[in-house]
Amino acid sequence: MGPFLETLFGGLMVGMLYSLIALGFVLIYKASGVFNFAQGAMVLFAALAMARFAEWIPKLTGLNNKFIDNTIAFMLAVLVMIVLAWLIQKLVLGKLVNQEGITLLMATLGITYFLEGSGQALFGNDIYKIDIGMPKDPVFIFEKTFEGGLLINKEDLYAAVIAAVLVALLALFFQKTATGRALRAVADDHQAAQSIGIPLDRIWVIVWSVAGIVALVAGVIWGSKLGVQFSLSLVALKALPVVILGGLTSIPGAIIGGLIIGVGEKLSEIYLGPHLGGGIEIWFAYVLALAFLLVRPQGLFGEKIIDRV
Amino acid sequence: MAARQAGDVILDVRNISLRFGGVKALSDITFDVREHEIRAIIGPNGAGKSSMLNCINGVYQPQEGSISLRGKTFSKMNSHQVAEMGVARTFQNLALFKGMSVLDNIMTGRNLKMKTNIFQQALRWGAAEREETAHRRVVEGIIDFLEIQAYRKTPVGKMPYGLQKRVDLGRALAMEPQVLLLDEPMAGMNVEEKQDMSRFILDVNDEFGTTIVLIEHDMGVVMDISDRVVVLDYGRKIGDGSPDEVRNNPDVISAYLGTVH
Amino acid sequence: MLYRENGQFKTSYRGDQQIFPIVQDRIAIGLLLLVAFIAVPLAADEYLLRAILIPFLILSLAALGLNILVGYCGQISLGTGAFMAVGAYAAYNFMVRIDGMPLLAALLLGGLTSTVVGVLFGIPSLRIKGLYLAVATLAAQFFADWAFLRVPYFTNNSSSGSVSVASLSVFGIPIESPASRYVFCLAIVCVFALLAKNLVRGHLGREWMAIRDMDVAAEVIGIRPVYAKLTAFAVSSFIVGVAGALWGFVYLGSWEPAAFSIDRSFQLLFMVIIGGLGSIMGSFFGAAFIVLLPLFLNSVPRWLGIPISVVTASHLEFMIFGALIVFFLIVEPHGLARLWSTGKEKLRLWPFPH
Repeated sequence: MGPFLETLFGGLMVGMLYSLIALGFVLIYKASGVFNFAQGAMVLFAALAMARFAEWIPKLTGLNNKFIDNTIAFMLAVLVMIVLAWLIQKLVLGKLVNQEGITLLMATLGITYFLEGSGQALFGNDIYKIDIGMPKDPVFIFEKTFEGGLLINKEDLYAAVIAAVLVALLALFFQKTATGRALRAVADDHQAAQSIGIPLDRIWVIVWSVAGIVALVAGVIWGSKLGVQFSLSLVALKALPVVILGGLTSIPGAIIGGLIIGVGEKLSEIYLGPHLGGGIEIWFAYVLALAFLLVRPQGLFGEKIIDRV
Repeated sequence: MAARQAGDVILDVRNISLRFGGVKALSDITFDVREHEIRAIIGPNGAGKSSMLNCINGVYQPQEGSISLRGKTFSKMNSHQVAEMGVARTFQNLALFKGMSVLDNIMTGRNLKMKTNIFQQALRWGAAEREETAHRRVVEGIIDFLEIQAYRKTPVGKMPYGLQKRVDLGRALAMEPQVLLLDEPMAGMNVEEKQDMSRFILDVNDEFGTTIVLIEHDMGVVMDISDRVVVLDYGRKIGDGSPDEVRNNPDVISAYLGTVH
Repeated sequence: MLYRENGQFKTSYRGDQQIFPIVQDRIAIGLLLLVAFIAVPLAADEYLLRAILIPFLILSLAALGLNILVGYCGQISLGTGAFMAVGAYAAYNFMVRIDGMPLLAALLLGGLTSTVVGVLFGIPSLRIKGLYLAVATLAAQFFADWAFLRVPYFTNNSSSGSVSVASLSVFGIPIESPASRYVFCLAIVCVFALLAKNLVRGHLGREWMAIRDMDVAAEVIGIRPVYAKLTAFAVSSFIVGVAGALWGFVYLGSWEPAAFSIDRSFQLLFMVIIGGLGSIMGSFFGAAFIVLLPLFLNSVPRWLGIPISVVTASHLEFMIFGALIVFFLIVEPHGLARLWSTGKEKLRLWPFPH
């Protein structure tokens, strides 16, 4: 029972990270109807920025306090993501306003490649460390219920807490602030929102910035765990099955979808993997999403898609 | 007024009800259409006219009721099965294939009649070439009829609205339908264009005997060319008869003009 | 001046329906084929054939296949690499497990296997579009990556994980030298391009385009979406499968699954977008562009005297690809093919302005 629960927890932790990435995806889709294929590349870009800034700041300013360095690096990275959002809106989205979904999807594919190339050109392509002071040691929990207790990574626990806080903040933002309300209006109906005076361009910059900051948080957490490297953007592709499962328009769907995928992957690898030759993690999420697509395309919590003539 | 004598009932609509979630678009609609006649469906905006056409056409599946074409009943058929049964339509907002030329758009209407298989088409030489040419001949006839010869190679997206409507009609005609459903064919046209379109519709009915069901807002056109009229309001039928009968029906008058208080 | 249609009136529908209705176009294509089949193999050096022309031809074929699916029928696919892999490994297995299997037969059987798999993964397209379909094709991609790595049967139990083929010959003529390989590929590509062009200008092609442009209206005309979409997947996968088999057999000689990874899928999609969606010729333009760009990027800095490292060049490549995709989608969504035909329009009028 113990190992099973440990795998379960491990899966939940990974799933939480997938959820964070999927969250950014859902935000953008909800507010602008764009499938942002580049979300993964944004995670990589943001993480690279953070890692390198954290390295460069002590060298440039002589400040050696890790907390201050990291904070400044984080704020700079946030700024970078906001500028990026503005550029994307101005140069890409603004010019493709009335195009079909497939065109916008391919445009985000182009943005993906551009970000991967420029991120590495600007920030370098080694593996970089992000050290934000997360405790790396494991801890035993539930020692009274299970013999010897369950081994959990403290870092994963902290990551889960941070992710939960982020989701709560986002939920508050959407429900309680005026900008949040405007975003929900735009997500519902672009034209109606425009007709009551909501400036679409600015809204889209805001959404992509928020998605960028979410990407940054995801990148920092993940980078702290695994190191920041190019393969991060491939891992982030997993966000796609997550949003399929959860529903493209649902924030709780992104969370639950991520957890299901994370747990599913880990469990299937342990229990199914040996029968199939191992390494099934690379396709499990996608095949699960595929199965879902055939049965319930809108996912667990998404809206049903109706075509009106 | 149709040139031929109206024949037997070719299209029989019985007790059709259609709901979208909580909204009732159509409530218990019953009417029939006789072969060779021109039947108009009129009513204020939102009365459910397009929805009715969509039901006949298989685009929407009504929750209750049935539709019979020449005795064959269908209520849950999808649109391409209905097309195979000989029903064609035009669309209110046009539904032309923007990536193709006028010629290609109308050629797609011949699709049901083109029988060569994929291998013959890949080879092209022989059966496929002959079939393509034969159908091209028919389509050119339709292009002549609609007087759009000069535009045959133009991408439809570049054509003026009135001409796009003709292409829409041409594509429906290419199917050689028994029943032609026209959804506001004159919308957005000026007086001359309306006269042209009326002439086309009457000619089609005259030459091929095609039964025509049309939705139209221009009362002058409706009174002029239709044999019988169905009136809908808020998803219900409130009038059914010849243009004169309907014109004098008090329910119809109050639906359009409101009642005196 | 030269490019005029004066006097070229068509007196039959058949004449109007030709692939190249204008005489000057026919002459140009004729000359091109002459040069391609005769002059190039005699005059070109080994590097040009091996490293540029052969990959260009095979990738054009794959791009052609993908264009039919994405450009003509509007179904997005991010899993093209997987279908190339299926074609390659299937052809390999047919070759290796059946004695005396002719090369052409093995290639075509590889394509047919890819067709079956393609239709299978095309079934989701009957219910879903856009991103959803993209994810379904990604499932194919990652599943194929795994299958050709972990299932020993596919690699004929190879211990190294890679497979190789040797001593190819067609009808008894050995295909070893770069020149012979080039002509072999060229012949196959020309045949497939002709067959594909015939399909897209016939009624099946119109069905595909109708589904792409407005599938609800297509159904109303009597087009069966199931038939149209699945035939698009079938034809596309067949062509891509044959291209994959060619890639493994003729270009690489020996390969492992990484040759058909997701990067390959993206590369082919970029070829189709930049070259021109919905254009046979565009597939060739796109392939040429993508094959030549890295060479260009490596050479230009050298000519200008600014050395850049290989790593930086590869980053620049990514950036330029990405930027170009966005550029083409905004400025000319119909890609290089449209630019080409616009250029020809202007050439018709030259030297007059209008």
